[in-house]
Amino acid sequence: MIRSMSGKGSNVKKAREDLQRIIETCKSVETRGLDPYLVDVDDLIKAIKEYFPNWENVDDLCLDTEALNHIASIVKMQGEWVKNRATALYRDPFLIEEKILRLPLESIVEIFLESWRPIVEFEQLTINGFSEALKYWSELPPLSERWQRVGFTKTDLQTVTHEDVVKEGFLSSESFFENLENLWRELKEAASVKGRVKYWDFIGSDTYEETVKRAYLTSFLITYGYAILEINPLEEEIFILPNEKPSEGKGESISFPISINFEEWMKWKEGRKD
Amino acid sequence: MERRQKGLERKAYYASKIKKAVHLLFYKRHSMPGVKGWELRRAIGSDYPKIISLLDKYLERLDLTIKPVFEEEANPPEKPTLEQYDKARFYVTLRSGFTSGDLKLIGWRIDDLAALCASIAYITSKGGKVQRKDLEDLLKNKIPDWRVDINLDRFVRSGYLIEDENGQIYLGWRTRAEVDQKKLIDLLLKTEIEPSVQKQKEQP
Repeated sequence: MIRSMSGKGSNVKKAREDLQRIIETCKSVETRGLDPYLVDVDDLIKAIKEYFPNWENVDDLCLDTEALNHIASIVKMQGEWVKNRATALYRDPFLIEEKILRLPLESIVEIFLESWRPIVEFEQLTINGFSEALKYWSELPPLSERWQRVGFTKTDLQTVTHEDVVKEGFLSSESFFENLENLWRELKEAASVKGRVKYWDFIGSDTYEETVKRAYLTSFLITYGYAILEINPLEEEIFILPNEKPSEGKGESISFPISINFEEWMKWKEGRKD
Repeated sequence: MERRQKGLERKAYYASKIKKAVHLLFYKRHSMPGVKGWELRRAIGSDYPKIISLLDKYLERLDLTIKPVFEEEANPPEKPTLEQYDKARFYVTLRSGFTSGDLKLIGWRIDDLAALCASIAYITSKGGKVQRKDLEDLLKNKIPDWRVDINLDRFVRSGYLIEDENGQIYLGWRTRAEVDQKKLIDLLLKTEIEPSVQKQKEQP
């Protein structure tokens, strides 16, 4: 009926409204902690299945997925509900509520005192702690001095040109192509067994500065066709493959930014130790 | 002679480890009291379960005990492995309970404590979470409205309860450490309602 040509638009509209209603029902059970068995999952699935062939645009498919996602949450809640009922702690909530309402405060407190074992903790200054604090205080320079000594300032990520790198002393202008050739030879050697090498294993070095330098040169190796990048987005792995001779770049080239920040480098270094 | 010397050395070894464990357990070093198993292992060595058991025996004389709260809260292990101990949090708690005469000593008003008990029992019976509104309605039956809010906020602040952004209330870390929930529920169900109270309630 829903799929018939006449009045298809209004049916689709109704189906959308139904999906919205399903989502709202599930949401209210989720957020209000209601009994998940109040929702008839089979019924909802049946409706979603029935409406599914009508969906043609992305928004409707997203709505369909959202509804399914909420139904999955309800199924999960139903599982937890059963698990809770099976635990030793489960007692009929109605009975508990009745007792709470009917027992006098004094009896409730007596019951609580029998099952309550408060934590014992100290919050007290010790002589050792005090002398440590005093030592720290006497060695602490005044704010006026500390604020003058700014070690570094954090800036946003920026691009860098070859001239900038030469100016900063990371590279000398004469040795650039020589360095590139050396790195290419190194890459071919590293990839001689498997034909490729992990990007971070290739650029990574003992110091962060050296790693940045190698990443910079490697980007030129790729741009000039000495090597190509292989990216596995699912495994989040990047490999670098050397070319036997610089390629002419017949295919379409794309720009692929790789962040070489300090944290990434530390992570790689730690991983290497393990 | 040599055996005696070794015995003394062993005693000194355990005494120093126990002292260290006492410092870690009693003094609050983070926002929460107690200490994680792995912290104990790092500070006193891998035989820390033995040190803790020795200290627990000593604390028995003072009516205190060391309570490990395991991650597997619903089903705590009978014979915990070292890995389970590492992940557990250890607290020092009272060994036996208070009596109603001690109430003044512990600084709680009787109605505040009753509200805490009712909240914990209600949340436990509802499977571990309730809407704040429902809990408020329950407490308002016996406590003035203005006090219910203050009480719930206090219970959340001190870690007995947790409130999320959707207004749902759960049991907090302090309840898990301090309250024997099963005993509480059983006692609550076992307690008979006095006929005078029942009669009073039934009157319109």
